[in-house]
Amino acid sequence: MKPLTINFRSKAALTLADAQIQQSIEHVYTGFFKGRLTAAGNTPDWEDLRTKGKAIKDHTIAHLDYYLGVLADNVEKNGGTVFFADDAEEARRHIIDLAHKRKIKTVIKSKSMVSEEMGLAEAMNDEGFETVETDLGEYIIQLANETPYHLIAPAIHKSRADVAKLLDDNYKDGDRVPDATELTLLAREKLRGVFERADMSVTGVNFAVAESGSIVLVTNEGNGRMSTTVPRVHVAVMGMEKIIPSIQDLSTMLRILIRSATGQRISTYVTMVNGKRKPDEEEGPEEFHLVIMNNGRQKLLEDPLMRESLNCIRCGACLNACPVYRKVGGHAYGWVYPGPIGAIVSPVLTGLKDASNLPSASSLCGACHDACPVKINIPRMLLELRYRTAEGSADENERTSSAKERGIWKAWRMGMMGRKRFDIGSRIASIVMKPLSRNGWLKKAPPPISGWTSTRDFPAIAKSSLKSRLKKRSGGSK
Amino acid sequence: MPQNTSAAHRPDRVTLFASCMVDQLAPDVGESTVEVLEYLGVTVDFLDDQTCCGQPAFNSGFRSETYPVAERFVNLFEKVDGLIVVPSGSCAAMVRNYYGDLFRDDAELADRAKRVGERLFELTEFVSQFFGTDAIYGKREGALTYHKCCHLLREIGVDEQPIQMLTNIKGLDFYPLERAEVCCGFGGAFSIKMPDISSAILDEKLDFIEANGSSTVVACDTGCIYQMQGGLRRRGSDVQVLHISQVLAESIKNIDTSEEKR
Repeated sequence: MKPLTINFRSKAALTLADAQIQQSIEHVYTGFFKGRLTAAGNTPDWEDLRTKGKAIKDHTIAHLDYYLGVLADNVEKNGGTVFFADDAEEARRHIIDLAHKRKIKTVIKSKSMVSEEMGLAEAMNDEGFETVETDLGEYIIQLANETPYHLIAPAIHKSRADVAKLLDDNYKDGDRVPDATELTLLAREKLRGVFERADMSVTGVNFAVAESGSIVLVTNEGNGRMSTTVPRVHVAVMGMEKIIPSIQDLSTMLRILIRSATGQRISTYVTMVNGKRKPDEEEGPEEFHLVIMNNGRQKLLEDPLMRESLNCIRCGACLNACPVYRKVGGHAYGWVYPGPIGAIVSPVLTGLKDASNLPSASSLCGACHDACPVKINIPRMLLELRYRTAEGSADENERTSSAKERGIWKAWRMGMMGRKRFDIGSRIASIVMKPLSRNGWLKKAPPPISGWTSTRDFPAIAKSSLKSRLKKRSGGSK
Repeated sequence: MPQNTSAAHRPDRVTLFASCMVDQLAPDVGESTVEVLEYLGVTVDFLDDQTCCGQPAFNSGFRSETYPVAERFVNLFEKVDGLIVVPSGSCAAMVRNYYGDLFRDDAELADRAKRVGERLFELTEFVSQFFGTDAIYGKREGALTYHKCCHLLREIGVDEQPIQMLTNIKGLDFYPLERAEVCCGFGGAFSIKMPDISSAILDEKLDFIEANGSSTVVACDTGCIYQMQGGLRRRGSDVQVLHISQVLAESIKNIDTSEEKR
């Protein structure tokens, strides 16, 4: 997927003005966010689980090479193949070549953010393979020719009427079907046929278990299980960080992932796949291929201040908690990963220069850090990226701050380096603001704070500072 | 944090760090803070040389400009003994949680900053930890609600204590605010750099405030207070947003007056 992070401001403005999307996206708070709080509240050892989850991921990422080696060995022992793709292009080409070699006609996909990085469905359709998304939300997005809006709820921004129109426009079945159950049944009927004729599946990986060479899929629709059993070729794609050492770790990770994502104690389906069909088994694919993708993750790994972002298990809890995501929506972030986690990984994976607005688009409220099941300190990394955009190396295409901005902060620093200057600076500001202020407030302020008064009154500088007031104070402290 | 409210551990003298915003924009909040502390029997010292902790520039990424300002803060406040109180969760968080990042290449300075940070308390944190949330007993009429400022809540870990302090006031009706823990959209420079997003977040907050029906909203950080009050004024609303120190100080005065009458 081509990064469009540079359009953040304009895309955000579009969403802010879209009343229907604003209404639809409320569900991430009322549904997912509240659901996670309830689930966490009902889990007595919740904080211990988070601590454990963080420790598992810290350990795995610190020894990533080792565990990737163990995983690859065990997948091969189970009869599968492993392909390490350095970037999205290489991964895409590998999968398309494989489909050509196996004379594939129909490919079913289950939800995978890594496949979005590859733009895989679109590329495979262009190559002549009928490629269909089988997660209902992804299916809707595919019909709408859009990209996912949310890590776990790709079509969260669509209203029921939007979905009815999409299905109607695509199938021209006559009368509109406004009822959610009927819409689902129609999608199910269409997808059923695709499942039956599919000869290849591409799935994501929620966790890859190194010690057994298993991949684990968490779904609520059963499409993951259909995808891993029906077609004769199964290709699973994963980012190289999606690995955990053991089955025992899986029990911790599943508990925190599912509660954090949807508030469920367990998803409807948890599918573990140990590769292709064994000789004594009646069903399952004839071939299993695991594609492990780097696509910039090595940069995160080598960056001690950003590495923790590789602990992410893609639950979406930080999106649901984020007041900014809930207003600007998923598409504003301009690449695969939206919300707070997107604001820290997209700049590193796709380039900080174009994505410089992403780390700035945060009030640093910390709700993401609070919500994260593996306690990723997202605010700290947002601040680190702001530092790089403000003062980073211009040669490495990091610095995007303007000379004007740098001048403002330089002046600020000079004003703060002595109490006299601090007071004089305030008096000057007070004099400038005086003609504009009434009853202690300004309706319109000059730059650089004019942005504030577009929607809010701005407080005038007080007539005298606290220091001088305390001096005048009689009978009080020193 | 352990509750340590036995009289022996109660500090009787602290140094006030006003914060740059309180010092120049909201001296009322600074005075109320002094009044609350004095009510508790605490003598308040004020360092005339203080300016800012550096947070505005740090949060904007300009660390080389922040550095000398923050170093100046450390130099100034390490000279005083005893605890330091600031009526802002955000400034407390900057010193306690982020000076380590800022000074990461100078272990000695980072260590000195840490020791200053260990002595720095946000106002409601200080009161609830050393005196208890029921230590201030005042009187104030009217309906009131409370917004949980992000940095106090998530960086400092003060959650329900200010509400307990407020509900201890006689005569007032407390109505919990829907989504009290959701950000008001201030975020320092964010509110100016991305006013459209900041205001959209604010609008949601103000809708809940207006639906709450209270005539007063209490918060613990001046930036958030101005964000909410500025937005309410623009809406033509009469709802007042006050710092907790202002409400506490007023409630103490009300008791004083009524007792004088008696």
